[in-house]
Amino acid sequence: MTQERLIKVEALTRVEGEGGLFVRLVGNHIEDVQLTIFEPPRLFEALLRGRKLEEVPDITARICGICPVAYQMSSVHALEAALGIEITEDIRRLRRLLYCGEWIESHALHVHLLHAPDFLGYDSGIDMAKDYPNEVNRGLRLKKHGNQLLEVLGGRAIHPINVAVGGFYRAPRRDDLTALIPDFEWGLQAAVETTCWLATLNFPDFTRAYDMVSLVHPDEYPMNEGRVNSTTGTSWDVRDYEREFHEEHVAHSTALQSSRGERQACYHVGPLARVNLNRDRLSPTARRVADDIGFETPCLNPFRAIIARGLELIHAYEEALDILRTYRPPTIARIKYEPHAGQGCAATEAPRGLIYHRYEVDDAGLVTFAKIVPPTSQNQRQIEDDLRDYLPRILTDDESATARQCEKLVRCYDPCISCSTHFLKLTVQRDG
Amino acid sequence: MSAKPKVGVFKFASCDGCQLSLLAAEDELLTVAGKIDIAYFLEATSHIGEGPYDIALVEGSITTPTDALRIRDIRQRSKFLITIGACATAGGIQALRNWADHDEFVRAVYARPEYIETLATSTPIAEHVSVDFELRGCPINRHQLVEVIVSLVAGRKPKTPSHSVCLDCKRRGTVCITVAQGVPCLGPVTQSGCGAICPSYDRGCYGCFGPAKQCNTGSLSRQLLADGTPAPELVQLLRNYNGYAPEFRRESERLAKLNTEDS
Repeated sequence: MTQERLIKVEALTRVEGEGGLFVRLVGNHIEDVQLTIFEPPRLFEALLRGRKLEEVPDITARICGICPVAYQMSSVHALEAALGIEITEDIRRLRRLLYCGEWIESHALHVHLLHAPDFLGYDSGIDMAKDYPNEVNRGLRLKKHGNQLLEVLGGRAIHPINVAVGGFYRAPRRDDLTALIPDFEWGLQAAVETTCWLATLNFPDFTRAYDMVSLVHPDEYPMNEGRVNSTTGTSWDVRDYEREFHEEHVAHSTALQSSRGERQACYHVGPLARVNLNRDRLSPTARRVADDIGFETPCLNPFRAIIARGLELIHAYEEALDILRTYRPPTIARIKYEPHAGQGCAATEAPRGLIYHRYEVDDAGLVTFAKIVPPTSQNQRQIEDDLRDYLPRILTDDESATARQCEKLVRCYDPCISCSTHFLKLTVQRDG
Repeated sequence: MSAKPKVGVFKFASCDGCQLSLLAAEDELLTVAGKIDIAYFLEATSHIGEGPYDIALVEGSITTPTDALRIRDIRQRSKFLITIGACATAGGIQALRNWADHDEFVRAVYARPEYIETLATSTPIAEHVSVDFELRGCPINRHQLVEVIVSLVAGRKPKTPSHSVCLDCKRRGTVCITVAQGVPCLGPVTQSGCGAICPSYDRGCYGCFGPAKQCNTGSLSRQLLADGTPAPELVQLLRNYNGYAPEFRRESERLAKLNTEDS
């Protein structure tokens, strides 16, 4: 008789938020793979109803303490679409600058403290610091620059207070921004060193025929706007997002998961998708480093996403420097508007990938409907699918060793489980 | 306390932002990490220690039956239990459900509500177990967090201010946003800790650090109502990240009732 085996990771570590992993095997046949989530739902889409639209960027920021700017940017763009507000080029550049701050802070944290320890055999970045003090200290300093930029422009690093529908409550003073330039010049070089170092890590030989999805903009690396493109060659207007991409509350799992098209296929969002679809729009230094380290695109090895993060770190520093050097306080920091009924959607690129928001508001300017699709919900099925493919290669009798290998693959996606609280709940085991 | 206290970091319903503050203390992180034994901190390390813990840092609010049991277990295994952030000290933004029809909330988000197991309320940790120290903020101030850890290691009581944001504006020299621009601001009733950021960015305070000591919420409401802020707007201003903290809760409920009686 074939033995049933369970491989469990009770608590995934070095990810944001709390989740686990559950694999059921009969013999060596994989019966079930689940990324289980034990984050309690906080019901954001429900609690937003009835709130003033001005409060939305403050409230949605609280979905995630790691990537609040992604929520703020997506919600202000969606609400501006609902109200027909056109922002100025100055505001647009300041928003990109803010997003650069979040990408730097988030990528520097993930690369140095959360992910690199997997390749070098440590439990944490703090343990790794004993043998790799330069790398860890460099990571901490890079992360600090991201936070400093968020503090100057956003008021504070976690849950910034300066993001408004229509622009910013107050434009930063020129001196406050130019004071950051020397650190960012150092940071650009340090990000290059980090990326070259990351390229020397040992990567498992594992590739998949991914359908990768990210925003694509004709003349810039995507952050706040663009069309939704897939590596399969298809392209959609953001307003058609919900026609193609679906969220499901499926019976065998209590998790709401995203899938694409009629086949309900999984897809991959995040830095690797962005670099694959936008390599020629990376900043000059990021492009040069990609060439120097021989980073081939399309890259279909999920473990190499850490290099894509490194390249984006370089890009974010270089673009931030360009904005910092040329900044003049705009005459208008916030576009005035009269609230009226409407609905609008927007997609932006969070550090972890595409994020989609849609809102409806009434004549009084109160929210009547909200829909939020974070990157991790879109990657969840892809992660499970990857694991099904990866498991036979790493499966041994040592279940805890197998579980550790699985966990490393999950971590490549930098999953943000806190973000997922509004759509996921505890999954223990499905009926055999 | 032992020379190198064992510290556990635990998460309930929250955004991760407050425990991230520990990783965001870049300058202090490696120094602080050298003074403590990080026994349980899922976000930072794969090393999982079982406890007991000298210090438990608890982020998040209680929103599920499982979590109501889990916090009791953590309390039993911890010498000092410190709550960090508005979710843990006041229930967080998710406490808005406390004034709503919870079942309807769940139906609004989930296609299959029968799979969802949550409590009808989001409540602070102190409603469930005894708490040794509450560190306020949405998010917390990382310098205050370092102060709490350092003081516990040194065996003294943490020093965190309890005066209002209003006083910080005066110290910073920020022109009063309510007086000069007529913008509603919770600064007079909100505890210090953020550095009075919002008024310095031309917007009113929305109460991230919760009620200040002996705050006079009634007096502030009277003034803001007289200045022309509609009562429903004031109710929402109070019902933010610390809306379920007793002083803010009582005032928003009083105003909500006033509004119903008027109409």
